[in-house]
Amino acid sequence: MSGLVCPVPLGPGEQILLAHGGGGRLTRDLIEKELLPALRNPALEPLADGAVLDVPAGRLAFTTDSFVVQPLFFPGGDIGTLAVNGTVNDLAMCGAQPLYLSLGLILEEGLPLADLRRVVASVAQAARAAKVVVVTGDTKVVERGKGDGVFAHTSGVGVVRAKDPLGATEVRTGDAVLVSGPIGQHGVAVMAVRDGLAFANPIVSDCAPVADAVMALIDAGVTLRCLRDPTRGGVSSALNEIASQAGVEIELDEAALPVTDEVAGACEVLGLDPLYVACEGRFLAFVAREDADRALALLRSRDDCRGAARIATVKPASAGIVTMRTRIGGVRVVDMLSGEQLPRIC
Amino acid sequence: MKYLEEYRDGAAAQEYLAAIRKLVTRPWTLMEVCGGQTHSIVRYGLDEMLPPELTLIHGPGCPVCVTPIHLIDRAVAIARTPGVIFASFGDMLRVPGSSSDLLRARAAGADVRIVYSPLDAVAIAEANPERQVVFFAVGFETTAPANATAVLLASKKRLTNFSILVAHVRVPPAIAAILSSPFCKVQGFLAAGHVCTVMGTGEYHDLAARYAVPIVVTGFEPVDILHGVAMAVRQLEEGRHEVEIAYGRAVRPEGNLPARQAVEEVFEVVDRTWRGLGGIPASGLGLRERFAAFDAERRYPEPGPPAAESPDCIAGLVLQGLKKPRECGAFGTRCTPEHPLGAPMVSSEGACAAYYLYRRRAAAAAPS
Repeated sequence: MSGLVCPVPLGPGEQILLAHGGGGRLTRDLIEKELLPALRNPALEPLADGAVLDVPAGRLAFTTDSFVVQPLFFPGGDIGTLAVNGTVNDLAMCGAQPLYLSLGLILEEGLPLADLRRVVASVAQAARAAKVVVVTGDTKVVERGKGDGVFAHTSGVGVVRAKDPLGATEVRTGDAVLVSGPIGQHGVAVMAVRDGLAFANPIVSDCAPVADAVMALIDAGVTLRCLRDPTRGGVSSALNEIASQAGVEIELDEAALPVTDEVAGACEVLGLDPLYVACEGRFLAFVAREDADRALALLRSRDDCRGAARIATVKPASAGIVTMRTRIGGVRVVDMLSGEQLPRIC
Repeated sequence: MKYLEEYRDGAAAQEYLAAIRKLVTRPWTLMEVCGGQTHSIVRYGLDEMLPPELTLIHGPGCPVCVTPIHLIDRAVAIARTPGVIFASFGDMLRVPGSSSDLLRARAAGADVRIVYSPLDAVAIAEANPERQVVFFAVGFETTAPANATAVLLASKKRLTNFSILVAHVRVPPAIAAILSSPFCKVQGFLAAGHVCTVMGTGEYHDLAARYAVPIVVTGFEPVDILHGVAMAVRQLEEGRHEVEIAYGRAVRPEGNLPARQAVEEVFEVVDRTWRGLGGIPASGLGLRERFAAFDAERRYPEPGPPAAESPDCIAGLVLQGLKKPRECGAFGTRCTPEHPLGAPMVSSEGACAAYYLYRRRAAAAAPS
């Protein structure tokens, strides 16, 4: 031994190290080599502390969401597509055209760099598809075992295009409820991968942006009262929230609910009810009765909403409740999900 | 979807309803044994579509609901044992024991995993030779063959880190217990289709003859259930009491012989305590002596003296069909799916949960 030897620093290898979050050279490399090339745009490019943006005249919608899906990758998307579409769709539910996103990533030490690249590529692709740009971001690294691979967080800004106020309190007796496509695909797709279930026809998540379809309804002058994306808790929970805020009865027509054979079959096997399973690329639109047919025809004419359906009607009630006219002619209450949906024994 | 749509078909249901209306000349009380049937009946509103002369009483056939509180406590204690992977069907996780449940145990650090088949639990044991894997073997005769197969497989593979906590129950002794109660109002039974898919109908002839009740083996979809009701009502109106099958696409009189053989090889009939009903002789299945090595009850110490049920819960009366869930003072107030006092509020197959989920409006409208 000839005195102290300064060890040669190891390269980052092919996985995320704690040093990637340390604020030094590896952090800079991570941002400049892995994130910036995929997401590059003039607002992000300076890599400043924040983005300075031009906004059109009018009112802004602003929303934020966190994403913790497991597995990170599933048929039809991954945590990157979810992080973009989740926030874009929340803006669309405010009647807003989404414009800008922030992206926060919390990475777990040991995450394969290839996985990160895949997620970032998905973010870039989903942002292009949704016509938004990622203008600011942040990354942190947590010790192995303290994260779940990747946690993502996005906030979004959009400009409100809806002329009328939207919200549960705008809902009126007689309104029709439309859904933009078959329900439950995202939740079942994720569950199938998580539980290692193989189906003859793999179920693909519906994860997609819905802003274009919403803007088309607004541009066509359809009288919209309320928009909601049925994510966690599915259609049932979304409708229950609205019914209780509006103090109305929402009566579902079971025969009209669009559910694909694959999802229906998987739900039978798993003992789940598609009404409670999450969608990530669908929306519910409360539409004035006189505009319902026109709105439905417009949605069905679009490639992204071909499976749209009119599923429910708003009725007067003393307290908020969701009911369902069953296929065989009975009526029942459709409740909010209590806890997580647990697969049944038999 | 084929094999599903046709049994949820509105027109077929209306035909059966019309036939039932034509058959009925006086009041009859039927019990559907299985929780899956209760769920369908309330979910589709079948009981409200039947003629007013017919009363349906919801039977004790929800395995989640009748698993005794001391076995839930036992499961929680085993799950908390360091090094144990506790595997269970999903809906057992929320069932309240005396002080905790498996979901809370999981939140506190226990390794509790949901599986869809006991064979998945065997696979987990193979993949984790340094850990003990315990599967919660709950259910009626329906799930017994798969659980027996898991034990046979683990035995063949000579796994020493796999065991099952057995809570198996049998339907016929429960029917006999209900019929021998002096308060029994039940005049006919819709027997559980999937139990009979496994076991056949042999055990039911003696019950039908001894207690002079028609027993109709019935399926789970709305049209299946109406079919079963129609056959039971016809027997009652004609003064017959026989065992009939209204679920021919699944049930043969002799049952599923290989499945029965597996059950027979691994399990023997034992006495069992039912939550809400108490002890019923010969109403359970336990592991045979030669499979004792796979018995979690023998591997893990008893956590303490068995706990008592909540005194507010009338599960016993509900499970015997003596009270409707709505007649319970705690229903929908102190007892909800979020905070269940008793098991019938927990599982989606439990009578109380079914009423809570699908009938709250009627409950609110009913005179208190």
